[in-house]
Amino acid sequence: MKHIKTLNNANLKESAVKGGCGECQASCQSACKTSCTVANQKCEK
Amino acid sequence: MIHKFSLNGYNIILDVYSGAVHVVDDLTFRLVDFTDENMTPQVPAKAYDALSEYSAEDIDSAYAELFEIFNRGQLHAADDYEKFADMMINASVKSMCLNISHDCNLACEYCFASKGGFGGERCLMSGETARKAIDFLIERSVGRRNLEVDFFGGEPLMNFDVVRKTVEYARSKEAEYGKNFRFTITTNGLLLDDDKIDFINREMHNCVLSIDGRREVNDRLRLDWGGKGCHDRILPKFKKLVALRGDKDYYARATYTRYNLDFTNDIMYLYEQGFDQLSEEPVVSDPKLDFSIQESDLPRIFEEYETLAKKLIEMKKAGERINFFHFMIDLDQGPCAIRRLRGCSCGNEYVAVTPQGDIFPCHQFVGHDEWKMGNLNDGTFNTDIKKKFARTTIYNKRKCRECWARFYCSGGCNAINNEKNGSILEPYGLYCEMEKKRLECAIMMQAALAD
Repeated sequence: MKHIKTLNNANLKESAVKGGCGECQASCQSACKTSCTVANQKCEK
Repeated sequence: MIHKFSLNGYNIILDVYSGAVHVVDDLTFRLVDFTDENMTPQVPAKAYDALSEYSAEDIDSAYAELFEIFNRGQLHAADDYEKFADMMINASVKSMCLNISHDCNLACEYCFASKGGFGGERCLMSGETARKAIDFLIERSVGRRNLEVDFFGGEPLMNFDVVRKTVEYARSKEAEYGKNFRFTITTNGLLLDDDKIDFINREMHNCVLSIDGRREVNDRLRLDWGGKGCHDRILPKFKKLVALRGDKDYYARATYTRYNLDFTNDIMYLYEQGFDQLSEEPVVSDPKLDFSIQESDLPRIFEEYETLAKKLIEMKKAGERINFFHFMIDLDQGPCAIRRLRGCSCGNEYVAVTPQGDIFPCHQFVGHDEWKMGNLNDGTFNTDIKKKFARTTIYNKRKCRECWARFYCSGGCNAINNEKNGSILEPYGLYCEMEKKRLECAIMMQAALAD
C-alpha cells in the first residue's frame, strides 16, 4: 500500500475467541508500585 | 472507534476494537475523518472540497486503501466484547501482595504508606501468618497454575528471614498442588548484602529496586530517619545485584515529582550507572504537598514523555539495549481482549495481606477498614466485595466507555479512583491523561522502530 502501513496483525477479536485462560500476570496499576497496565503485560500461552 | 494522533512526524490511526495500528500519510490522516462504520467504496463529495490541495487521483487512491482496511475489519471495527465482561466474576484469587513488613528503614517524604507503617502499628509479618497467606492463595487459586506473590511493605528486607521461609514453604507446595510461584520483591536496597542478593537473584522472578535517579533528585525525598539521603549507600548494592542477575527481570524504579519533571535525565543517569530495565512513576501523594503533580504540570510532563521516547528511539536504533517500562507494548502478543477488560483485577484475582492477616483488595486499600475483605486467622473472606471488584471492568466505568485507551489501560487504578473521586468506577483524570500520553508514545515508538 502506498498511503497506509499497518504495523500489526490486529488480532484483538481472535484473542477474545481463544483467550480468557487467566494465567497472565494480574497487574497493579498503582504508581506506588511499578504500575502496569495490560499494555505492559504478555500472554502466557 | 478510532483514535488518531501525530507524534514525532508519524501520523497514526489506532482502530480501537481490532487493535490495528496504521501509520499513514498526511492525506490519509485527514481523509479518515470522512469515514465511519458505514463507509462505502464511494469517496464522499465533501472530502474532495475539504482536501482540495490534493489531486482527485490521490484522494481516490488513499480512500481505496482506507476502504481496504475497513473491509479487513481493521478500521471502524465494532465493539463486541461486552459479552465477556462478566466472565471473571467467579475468578480465582491468583496473585497476592504480602506486606511482609509494616515498617521501613527509610522515611521517604512521598511514601504512600505513611513511611512504611500504613498509619498503624509498625510491625513485621510472622512466619505463621505468611504461611497462612500462601495456604489461602493455594486454596483459592482453583484452576490456576501460575501464582504471583509480591513481597512488599514497608521494607521487605527488614523481615528477610520470613521472606526466605515463605519462599521455601511455597516451593514445597508446588508439586503437590500443581502450582508455579513467581515471586517479586520491591526494596529500597539499604539492607542488601551478598547473601540477600544471592537469594533474590535465585528466587525472585522479578525485583523492583527503588532509586529516583540523580543523587540530588534521590536525596531530596528518599531520606533515612536521620534526614540523610540514601543514594550513595544503595547505588553500589543495586549495581552488584544487577551485575549478578543474568537475564532475569528487574526494574530500577524511580519516582518523579514536581521537582524533577525533567526525568529523562534521571532515566539516562540510571542507564549510565548500568541499569537498562527502567521504570519511572509519577508520585502518588496529597495534592497539597509541594512536590505533588498538578494538572497544570501536564503539558510539561507530556513534553518530557515525548523527549524520552525520542531519545529511546535514537538509542535503540543505535543498537543500545534499554527498556523503559511504560513504553513496553506488544501490538500483537499482548494479553487477550478478555484480560484487557478488567485491568489490575484487584479485590478479585489479586489481594493484599497485612502482618495482622487482614485481607484487602490491594496494598493501597490497606488501612481503610471499610474495604477489609477478611482475615486469615478467622478464615473470613467477603465474596460480596470480591464480586464488586470483579465488576469493575471498562464496561462499568462510565468514562472508560468513551475512551480510546481502554483496551490498553483497562480502567486505571481502582484505589486512586476511589480516593480521588469517591468511587472505584470513576477514573482519576490526571492519571488518565498521563496514561494516554504514555500509550501514544509507546505506539509511536513501534512505528519509528519499524521504519
